[in-house]
Amino acid sequence: MSGIMASMIDGLMVGSVYGLAAMGLSLIWGVMDVINLTHGAMIALGMFGMYLLFHAVAMNPYVLLLPVLAIGLMLGILVYWMSVHRVVGQPPLMSLLSTFSVNMMVIGIGTALWSTSPYNVNFSLRGVTVGAYTFTGNHIAATGAAVIIALGLQMFLYHTRPGKAIRAVADNREAAELMGISSTMVLTVAFGIGIALAMVSGALVSTLFPFTILSGAGYQLKSFVVTILAGLGKPFGALLAGVLLGLLEGAVTPFIAVSWIPLIEFGLFVVVLIFFPRGIFGRATA
Amino acid sequence: MSALLQVDGVSKRFGGLQAVADVSFHIEEGEILGLIGPNGAGKTTLFNVVNGVYKGEKGTITFAGQDITGLTPDKIVHLGIARTHQIVKPLAGMSVLENVTVGGCFGRAYLGLREAREAAMEVLQTVGMAERANIPARSLTIAGKKRLEVARALAARPKLLLLDEVLAGLTPTEIAQMIQLVRKIRDGGISVFMIEHVMQAIMQLSDRIVVLNFGQKLAEGTPTEVARDPQVIEAYLGDSEITEKLSEKTS
Amino acid sequence: MIFRRLTFWLILALAAMFIILPLRGNNAALREDLILVAIAVTLVSNLNLMIGYTGYVNFGHIVFYGLGGYIGLYLVSERHWNLFLSAFVAGVLVSLVALLFGLGILRLRGAYFALATIGVLVAVNGFVANFNPWGRSTGMYLSFDAYQPLGGPMRALWTTYYLIIGVMALSLILSLAIKRSKFGLGLFAIREDEDAAVVLGINATVYKAIIYSISAFLPAIAGALMFYKNGMIDPSIAFEYMLSLEGIVMLMLGGQGTVVGAALGAGLYERLRSFLLTSPKLSNFHLVIAGGLLLLVVLFASGGIIGWLYRLLPRSREVIE
Repeated sequence: MSGIMASMIDGLMVGSVYGLAAMGLSLIWGVMDVINLTHGAMIALGMFGMYLLFHAVAMNPYVLLLPVLAIGLMLGILVYWMSVHRVVGQPPLMSLLSTFSVNMMVIGIGTALWSTSPYNVNFSLRGVTVGAYTFTGNHIAATGAAVIIALGLQMFLYHTRPGKAIRAVADNREAAELMGISSTMVLTVAFGIGIALAMVSGALVSTLFPFTILSGAGYQLKSFVVTILAGLGKPFGALLAGVLLGLLEGAVTPFIAVSWIPLIEFGLFVVVLIFFPRGIFGRATA
Repeated sequence: MSALLQVDGVSKRFGGLQAVADVSFHIEEGEILGLIGPNGAGKTTLFNVVNGVYKGEKGTITFAGQDITGLTPDKIVHLGIARTHQIVKPLAGMSVLENVTVGGCFGRAYLGLREAREAAMEVLQTVGMAERANIPARSLTIAGKKRLEVARALAARPKLLLLDEVLAGLTPTEIAQMIQLVRKIRDGGISVFMIEHVMQAIMQLSDRIVVLNFGQKLAEGTPTEVARDPQVIEAYLGDSEITEKLSEKTS
Repeated sequence: MIFRRLTFWLILALAAMFIILPLRGNNAALREDLILVAIAVTLVSNLNLMIGYTGYVNFGHIVFYGLGGYIGLYLVSERHWNLFLSAFVAGVLVSLVALLFGLGILRLRGAYFALATIGVLVAVNGFVANFNPWGRSTGMYLSFDAYQPLGGPMRALWTTYYLIIGVMALSLILSLAIKRSKFGLGLFAIREDEDAAVVLGINATVYKAIIYSISAFLPAIAGALMFYKNGMIDPSIAFEYMLSLEGIVMLMLGGQGTVVGAALGAGLYERLRSFLLTSPKLSNFHLVIAGGLLLLVVLFASGGIIGWLYRLLPRSREVIE
């Protein structure tokens, strides 16, 4: 197979992690119309969380994803109460700024603890070789994990009571409240899940690439692009759009310098927002 | 004889829903045209197409001889059509006077800041809100906010005023006051196109009425004609209060 | 007519203070302190035009400053233009670039626009870091003879200082003038309810593009002047995302939507910041404290200090703008 093909397949795999990250952003956005600007910082915390757990316990990182999910959930609930609860009804400017301020604080503390030096999770699974190209085992495992988690989310939202409550609130908060659903509980849980997804995607990234406390920002931008591409609300839409973005990156990286990628992603972001306000797969954006 | 507003074959759909289907009517200068119909009939959508908030897929709209189909709302108000909203949209953080000043600054009159402020005070006198000029718009009652909508639209010096359910949520006294105000507006030379559910009021006020149901024009004529139209009565069937009102010949 | 406003005279008094204070004893250290405050006030009061007046959050505001710095330095160092012309042209060019970007991204509402402004910052940063004539990621530096036309480095420093104070005063006066103008009223209407504003006759897209462009002009000039004074520029110091964020904190702290609030927030925060950066224990927590401050303001005092003053003394609203 050609080099571009291999690069694209790699991109496809990494893209599944982008999709996972975007699911977290998209869930929060869809349920409470809040653009979670802590997203990038939480991804970074996931990276460091995996690093710390791995060094503390030396277990298979893919097993450690579970505690990361749990920590993410709790952290998400904390962040919700700290910075989102009071501003949910207010103009979007307020929640933008409040989540943003939490981002600043997390990055500040993170930089104080870990500086901006790169870190690494040293764990490699055996890869798979096809012809002249080897696909690292970590990439394959990350894809698997992303798909499993996405499936889990889909099942949760569509086949459990709490999940359906979340979708009800996303659809029409007042109507849901009239039906006896506590929207505060739902918003808290939804936010918690959103953060958990961000953290777990960060944890997966830590097994793929070296990272610093500032790495989350790049993934935040990717999450926004994916969310806009997919439209809000459907987890699998986000996963697909993430894979699409990964494919695109894979097709393009053999030819241009990595520093151009964020620029292209921004361009894509703006173009999609202007011409496809409803996303390419999903329902209308807020 | 050319009408002030000529609407021909306008249609608007949202995904699978045909909200307005091939609607045609006209408004004469100096006329009050009422627009009635059951909930969901497409009345506000029709307003939104006329004032440019939505673009219809089909049809044309001509105002004072000019084709205004597809123009944006800001251009349409410059040409002379102002509107109020069913769900009021006050500029909440600004004062009542500032709200109306905005209307005068950017409407057909397009006044400078100082003239607009003076004109705004006059308009507030006309609608009876002059004493409340400096309070923030968000602290008005519903009736106050509705009156503010009207004042703001008037400040633009429109030739045609679109009133969307301006009586909803008002007490009988407030309704009577608003009816007087609408008459005053028409007597001042402004044509009125109004959506209303308060049957008695719209029967009293309108020179002619258009009835919409499921996006289509069901009937058009004087209040008496419309009240007698069997299709109209059937559309409102099930709403005994309205049917009763329709069958009373109101003068 | 703005000459009749008390705030106008407060602005002039502030500028006078900035001019006079360092003159006593030729105090270069104070001048350096004050220049940072002046730059902050300039940036924040122009940012206020977008956030406070129009209700659109610009996260990438620093891009105008950095780009202005680059254009200014390039014109002085490579084209040997004089400082005044270079700074002015930098301002004009950056406003034009802003107008172009603005017409594109200002169709986006609220939060989407905010995200797009980050993208503008990333895009310009990325472009400049790869742009050969501007030194790519190494940037450019000014040789000392660039200061000769102004009478040598010492005098150039002081001249630049006065120019920056002028730009600061202009920024504040501009905010005051816009606030009291018909254009400003249109912006406030957009902030309150953009859909209603359009129905009332305001072409929101054009208004937003214009104010976005205006908000770029003076920061670009300030950038050209500041980087000239510093003698060097590279992408990491020109497009410091952190400064953009701090600008937002300063504005919210002082009181968004007011002229005085922008200056107050910038001044107070600058003091806090230099205290934090020089204190050995706290310098790492600079970002944490800024974030914490912003959170507190957003949750409990969204009008900032001036907003709180207005609530305490409603009459002050007319006088202190």
